[in-house]
Amino acid sequence: MSLWPELELVLPEVSKPARYIGGEGGMVEPEHHPSRVAWLLAYPDTYEIGLPNQGLQILYEILNERDDAVAERAYAPWVDMEAEMRAAGLPLFSVDTHRRAGEFDVLAFNLSAELVYTNLLNCIDLAGAPVRADQRADDDLLIGAGGHCTYNPEPLADFVDFFVLGDGEEVVSEINAAVSDWKRAGKRSRQSVLRALAAVEGVYVPSLYDVVYDGPALVSITPRFADVPAVVEKRTVADLAAWPYPKRQLVPLTEVVHDRLNVEVFRGCTRGCRFCQAGMITRPVRERPAEQVRTMVADGLARSGYDEVALTSLSTADFSGITEVVSATMDCGAGEVSVSLPSLRVDAFTVGLAAQIQRARRTGLTFAPEAGSWRMRQVINKLIDERDLYGAVESAFSQGWRRMKLYFLTGLPTETDVDTLAIGELARNCVELGRAHTKNPSVTVSLGGFVPKPFTPFQWFGQNTVAELQRKIFLLRDDIKRNRGVQMKWHDPKASLVEGIASRGDRRIGRVIEEVWRKGGTFQEWSEHFDYDRWTQAMDRHGLSVDWYVHRHRTEDEVLPWDQLSAGLHKDFLWQDWRDALNEVGLEDCRWTPCYDCGACTGYSIEHIVASAVPPAGGSQGTGQVPTGYQPPRAVEVHLSGVGERASS
Amino acid sequence: MNPNQAPRTRIRLRYSKAGRIRFTSHRDVARIWERSLRRTGLPVAQTEGFSPRAKLHFGLALATGYESEAEYLDVDFKCADVAAPDVLDALVSVLPDGIAATGGSVLLPGAMSLQQAVTSCDWDIELIDVTADDLAEWVDRVRGAATIVITRERKGQQITDDLAPQIRALEVGESTSRGVRLLATLGTQPRAARPSELLTVFEPQYRPVLIQRTRQWIEQDGARLEPLMVGAAPAQHTPVGVQ
Repeated sequence: MSLWPELELVLPEVSKPARYIGGEGGMVEPEHHPSRVAWLLAYPDTYEIGLPNQGLQILYEILNERDDAVAERAYAPWVDMEAEMRAAGLPLFSVDTHRRAGEFDVLAFNLSAELVYTNLLNCIDLAGAPVRADQRADDDLLIGAGGHCTYNPEPLADFVDFFVLGDGEEVVSEINAAVSDWKRAGKRSRQSVLRALAAVEGVYVPSLYDVVYDGPALVSITPRFADVPAVVEKRTVADLAAWPYPKRQLVPLTEVVHDRLNVEVFRGCTRGCRFCQAGMITRPVRERPAEQVRTMVADGLARSGYDEVALTSLSTADFSGITEVVSATMDCGAGEVSVSLPSLRVDAFTVGLAAQIQRARRTGLTFAPEAGSWRMRQVINKLIDERDLYGAVESAFSQGWRRMKLYFLTGLPTETDVDTLAIGELARNCVELGRAHTKNPSVTVSLGGFVPKPFTPFQWFGQNTVAELQRKIFLLRDDIKRNRGVQMKWHDPKASLVEGIASRGDRRIGRVIEEVWRKGGTFQEWSEHFDYDRWTQAMDRHGLSVDWYVHRHRTEDEVLPWDQLSAGLHKDFLWQDWRDALNEVGLEDCRWTPCYDCGACTGYSIEHIVASAVPPAGGSQGTGQVPTGYQPPRAVEVHLSGVGERASS
Repeated sequence: MNPNQAPRTRIRLRYSKAGRIRFTSHRDVARIWERSLRRTGLPVAQTEGFSPRAKLHFGLALATGYESEAEYLDVDFKCADVAAPDVLDALVSVLPDGIAATGGSVLLPGAMSLQQAVTSCDWDIELIDVTADDLAEWVDRVRGAATIVITRERKGQQITDDLAPQIRALEVGESTSRGVRLLATLGTQPRAARPSELLTVFEPQYRPVLIQRTRQWIEQDGARLEPLMVGAAPAQHTPVGVQ
């Protein structure tokens, strides 16, 4: 039954009502049937943020292609809509057929950021299910979650029935089979479906594990039954070519972020940046065949009408033959299609690539050196040389760009004020390079506070305090504020602290999340709704120490809240990499150099799929070689060797 | 050849907007048209410069949430031999549910823009929690008022307008399952009067459930013309779908 007749009375009262109407190009209005498992795929943030999520769209298509499943989508209603819904007694609903959440079997969330956790609770509540998993009846909605944040699911363990680790393309059908059996049997025993789900590789059912503490310390997380795995392994799709999804990317009727055709060109990254969780948990590198990329671009443009394509991946310029692929992409649209590469390595951004990209329209350029000093970049294993950055910036200015953004982290291990201030020096030098090409070059420094993440070498590092991050931010701000052409933006250090609580928190943090939600703390990733005091007060009230959870360095023998999970990476590899970081020792990119056995390939009998045996041309490339003929634009100290970067948008 | 001197065709299209897509904004609709026209593969002219865009000229904005049977836009094509029926045919399979192109005509060079030319609009407003008799009494009061002062905010300043001369026609329409229809013709020059303003001029303030623009008019030499007829090229370019 559609809720539309009731919704259309409410929509005139709320901001941006098009968030709730669905109707996107590519939308499916599936036929529900008792023999089909009904999935409500939810993104716990606004429609504008959630709609473009590629993971959710891929699962939406795969499930709707199955005979035994249907999938629709839901997004967190904005606060004004939530108030209207609660006043009118309207539950969470799908945007596809405006069906109430309670008519589905599974409510599955994509989790990409810690600050949305309270929204997840709010969505479960709006769906009409008990928020705590142990209070759900046999036939209540099954609550699932996937996405990068599930590599530490413990803070949400009390609320989510099952978590999925890794790529979803294959495992979603196995989960569907388990839920289908339960549904056919009349949903009589919730326990039976949870046990069946726990038997699916890549699925973690937290209620089937006992957690033991000794004071503040975590002692163990162990399965309560013999058939429940002691360690849950992530899922990895061996070959991206077998999964050319989304085939029909959703084209929204209203403006969303990343409102363009997005084609994933590869998954995984082995540049080995030590702060980067995505680069650690998505190994190995799996490139999509260039021909398939071209087909997906051409088909996608024809059916969507978009005039912009983003080629997506981590560090996209690492794709074998990227310049040719960009060139072919631009040719698809007869000169009216622009290409953006949201994640760009500075040491692969060549004049040739810059020239291709700007043929139709200059999209924004963001480079991510991540750290200002060479020493700091050795620590984080992002060994791009100043020359690489200057070369990329020079290429961009020479091809007509006038402004660019540089992304940096502060609060990194061993960071001193010399490292922080080096960021200002890099930015100033970039502006100077621009003056040769344009009268008013502009460089924006975007500074984020570093939050250590599970399954990275920095998972043992004690995060900087709010005061320390704030001090470093102001130090840099004061240093560059007199420099014409350099602007600075930064992430709120208090938000970084709350991310830190959830990022490495254990199951006890669930009480804090629940309290913040009960007191109205939704949309915490939106600065106008973020309430720092609510979080710290909830920590205090539950006797949990921010210092212990966030700022404390972990020891090698400590049990971590995610030790019962595996991203393939050997824990001793991560520990050794952490020691190497402190010793400022780099590690090369294994897609072009011999395997050092981190575990991500060997553990699952899979391999890199990379068309080119050598790194892309240009820059020092983490190969230990400076290519012949490479001319640094400025006289800077020559640094050899090293590994590259995860450039991010 | 200088693209500015290239042969051009300007086609005026009429379209409807109904159903759930009515909750998209004017800006959203502009983007929908850009994407839809690109999908047709028709040779739409582009702006020059740093960030080329399709040359589309929209008429009066329709408030988010309103339906319409009579929206218009002018589209420039970069060649001389584009025919309105071909454009309408090409649009059938690319426009989203709820938006349909219902007419078109080739404009003569120099035709006035829609925003300047349109002088009034007909509105069909469905109100709930009201009887036809009460509404008739309300309509009489509105029609009998010599002046109707409304206050609105513009760039942070409070501005007062007289709505009375803008109300060209007002009557009670038929009853519906939910309420009663109010039919209004409101002027659009120099500024378009809004149905929402009309509904707030006198107590009680009735609640609309659906507001639909049914016609737009261009008054010219004492006659009211449908925008497809104004500035349309004669002979071989007979307007298509004129009401």
